[in-house]
Formats: sequence, structure tokens, C-alpha cells
Amino acid sequence: MPTPFIQTRALEYTYFAEDGRAIPALRGIDLTVGRGEFVALVGPNGSGKSTLARHFNALLLPTAGEVWVDGLSTADPRQVQAIRQRVGMVFQNPDNQLVAGTVEEDVAFGPENLGVPPAEIRRRVDEALEVVGMTAYRHHPPHMLSGGQKQRVAIAGALATRPHCIIFDEPTSMLDAEGRRQVLQTVRQLNAELGLTVILITQSMDEAALARRVLVMDGGQIVRDGPPEEVLEDPEVEKLGLGQPFAAEVARRLRERGVPLPSGLLTVEALVAALTETHRSYAVGLPG
Amino acid sequence: MNLLLPGMYFAADTALHRLDPRVKMGAAMALMVLPFAARHPIGHLLAVGLVGAAAVLSRAPWRALLGTLRTVFWLSFFMFFFYFFTTPGRPLLALGGVRVTVEGLLAGALQVYRLCLLAVVAALLTYTTSPLQLTHGLEAMLSPLARIGLPVRELGMVLTVALRFVPTFFEEIETISRAQRARGVDLSSGPPWQRIRNTVPVFVPLFLSAIRRAEELAVAMEARGFRSQPHRTRLYQLTLTRADAIAALIVLACGTIGVLIR
Repeated sequence: MPTPFIQTRALEYTYFAEDGRAIPALRGIDLTVGRGEFVALVGPNGSGKSTLARHFNALLLPTAGEVWVDGLSTADPRQVQAIRQRVGMVFQNPDNQLVAGTVEEDVAFGPENLGVPPAEIRRRVDEALEVVGMTAYRHHPPHMLSGGQKQRVAIAGALATRPHCIIFDEPTSMLDAEGRRQVLQTVRQLNAELGLTVILITQSMDEAALARRVLVMDGGQIVRDGPPEEVLEDPEVEKLGLGQPFAAEVARRLRERGVPLPSGLLTVEALVAALTETHRSYAVGLPG
Repeated sequence: MNLLLPGMYFAADTALHRLDPRVKMGAAMALMVLPFAARHPIGHLLAVGLVGAAAVLSRAPWRALLGTLRTVFWLSFFMFFFYFFTTPGRPLLALGGVRVTVEGLLAGALQVYRLCLLAVVAALLTYTTSPLQLTHGLEAMLSPLARIGLPVRELGMVLTVALRFVPTFFEEIETISRAQRARGVDLSSGPPWQRIRNTVPVFVPLFLSAIRRAEELAVAMEARGFRSQPHRTRLYQLTLTRADAIAALIVLACGTIGVLIR
């Protein structure tokens, strides 16, 4: 078990609708996310995914219960800036999170807010743009970039505060196939190469299959928590209407037609490997 | 580039472009005041000379600079005739009850010249200074006022965000217009009042979307540690060079002479 990075205890969050009704968005969440983990957070619309994620960098404060980030309580106003430095966020709409007139200045926004000295900001901006591969665009205005490029700039902006963790709130849902590929590749790279804790909120089970741990939310609670191989093919999870990863779906239908495939094939690569293996054992088994 | 609208930035690398935005803004202010404060022809000559020199240095197309005069055309027109008819002095022409004077003619011409110079100076400033630099310059120049409680940083932030979203909103207007035309809304025919009413189906969705964007942006900014506080630093630091000092001295010297000479 890695060192805990984010911890919640009996976390509840209730907000009031316009007509005065109390709506419980989170109902008793006990969760520990360890340093360096890659966690996918899935669930139907309105299940509380984004609400939960916004508790992880003190954008929202619990109605009851507690949240600690790196040992700091989000309820302590003096720690808010330290928590936001440690936990970066990337949102769904690439346009509505870039604030400045050029890529470079936008990436500098986070460190500027933290009062980092100019020379150090310069170093971090260059470094962050290098990681996401956007150095060549550093003087471009955001509106000249594609959706995928804008999201990579947003990622660089989050990286520039030197966080331990980045939360991605459906970062690919407004992107085309190429943009999605670029962003997901960057997300995996941040976790695998830089060792960042990654929390990926997503509607796509194919994206969830990239994580090492999947949390399923429903009605403000975490209903499943486990490795993707266990969670994503679970019929109970499928009942929530989340679908299955493309490869798992293909494997299931092939199994129905008598092709002997194991369960837990979540990515196209795994499926292809398993099919090749099956084919080989057939070939060995055939006479002559 | 033949279409250079007043107030647009003209990307180039000239001595004027490279000047510090604070120096340029200060100089522009001085050159706007000088034609009004000068009492002697030498003062006006200095003003015209400096603006002319800046125009040459900026390499801005002449036609574009002359084009900016259109922005002050009507104001000049009314100012001229106001002074022309109301200034007492030696009679030049008397037609019926209306009497015009030599002094009136000169006073009217003076107003027109002042307004034209004003327009050209403002245009030169925006041609040679990117919106980004203008924002930085403004923030830096106003920063002493932060001590008496003026929210200068916030003002700079507001300007930055506004400039950032101008192209986004233009794209959005384009998208909404197309969507509304596809639904049969006629946006471009009929008498003027009709055409103004026609813009309602474009601007209502635009405002709604702007509000939604603002809410999302506010969350994103907060997540990135933005708060109203004086401890922000900047990536870009404005630094004064020798060229800045020379330019500032020239404008300061000419301005002082121009105002003091009687």
C-alpha cells in the first residue's frame, strides 16, 4: 500500500436547490488514494464524481466529515493555497480554463498566483511545456490551437505549480479522436514517468481501463472499488448503464460464440494477444 | 495587410515596437496633452514633429494612419463649426444674421488639428503595442495606486481575461448566427430597426453562454490558486532599456519646452 495522499472520512456534501430542497450529492465517502496511484472515477451523470473531485483541492468543503490532502485538512483556510499547489485540476471545456492571451502566460498563471519568483516561473513554464510537447506554441494565443492542444496547455498549467496529483474532470469529452489520443497519452505519461497521482473522471470505459484502480460512483456513494479487470466486467456495474470497454464487449460476444477467451480483456492490445494465443493453441491441437 | 482598423495591433519589429509599454503610454499621454497645453507655434511644431517621427518609426502604413482620422471626423466637423460661428473677432464674412470671423476660422482649425493628432497618437500606441503589453503597462503604471486600495491587479486580470475571450466570442457569434440561420432566422434584411431586432436571437444565447463560461472559468482560476491578494508575481518583468530612457527624455524635453514657451 503506497503512502496515502488523499483521504476522506465520512465525507458528506449537501447543497440546496433553488426551491430550497436539500440535495445530498455525496453520502458518506471513505476513500484513500495513495501517492502515485492512477485512479479512474466512473459513474452515471449526477452520481457525484465531479463533486467528489472538487473536494480534493478545496474547491468544495464537506458538509460533514473530513478531507485531507497530503496530511492537510481542506477545512483549514490557511492550507488552501498549499493544497491547490499540490493538487492540480484539468476540466472538460478546454476554452473555459485558459485565462491568458498566450500559451506561455497561461501556463505561468498558477505559479504567479503562488508568488513564485519570475526566474523560477520561467523555468517551470519551459519545463511544463516541454512535458506536454507544446514548446513550439508558447507564443500562440489559445484560440489558434486545436482542442487537444488547448487541453495539453491546461495540463501544462496544472504542472507548473509542481503538483503531486492532477485531477482530470472528463478531459476528453469535448475532443476529437486525435485530441483524445494526445491527452490520454499525456495523462499516462504523467503517471508512469513523473510518478504523479492521477485521478481521471471519465464517461468512457475504454479510458477507465487505462487506470490501475477504478472507483464506481452511484447516488453519491462509492459502490465499487477495485482493479479494472474486476470492476469493468462486473454485471452489477453494467446495470448502471456505463457500458463496457470496447475490447471487453468484443471478447464477451466472441465467448458467446464459443471462442475460448479469458475474462479481463479490457484493451485492444490485450484482446489481440489473447486471440493470437487462442489461435495458436487451436493450431497445435489440430491433426497434421 | 491593407485592412488595419483603428485600435488594432500591427505586429512588426521596429524601434517603436520594442519600447517599454510604460514609456509608450506615458509618451502617448504627453503627446495628447501637448497640442492642448501649447500656447506658442513652436509647441505645436514639436508635437507634430514628434508624432510624425513616431509614425515614420512605426512603419505603419500611411493609409491606415490617415484612416484613423475617420474616427474623429464627425467630432471635428461639429467642433470646427461650433468655433467657426461662435468666436468673436474681426469679421470675415457676414451673410444675413450670421457673421463669421477670422479668429473663428483659426480656432476651428486648431480644434480639428488637436483631434486629428489625438487620433493618430492613440492609433500609433495600439499599432505598436500588443494588447498583452498594454495590459502589463497599464498594470505597472497604476500599481502605485494599489497602495491606496485601488484593485490594480484585479483590473489587469479583468483586462487580460477580456482580451483572451474576444476571439472566442467572435467565433461563438459566428456559430450561433449559423445555427439561427439554419432555423430560418433572417439576420440581414429589413430596415435598420428590424435588423437590430434580428440580433436578439444571436445575443441572447451569446450572453447565456458567456455567463456559463464565466462560471467555469472562475472555478478553473480558483483551482489554479487565484485569489484577490497582493502577492502575485509575473512571468514577464518590464525592464527599461537605454532606448526607453532616450525616448522618455526626448518626449519629456519637447513636452516641457512646448508647454513653457509662450
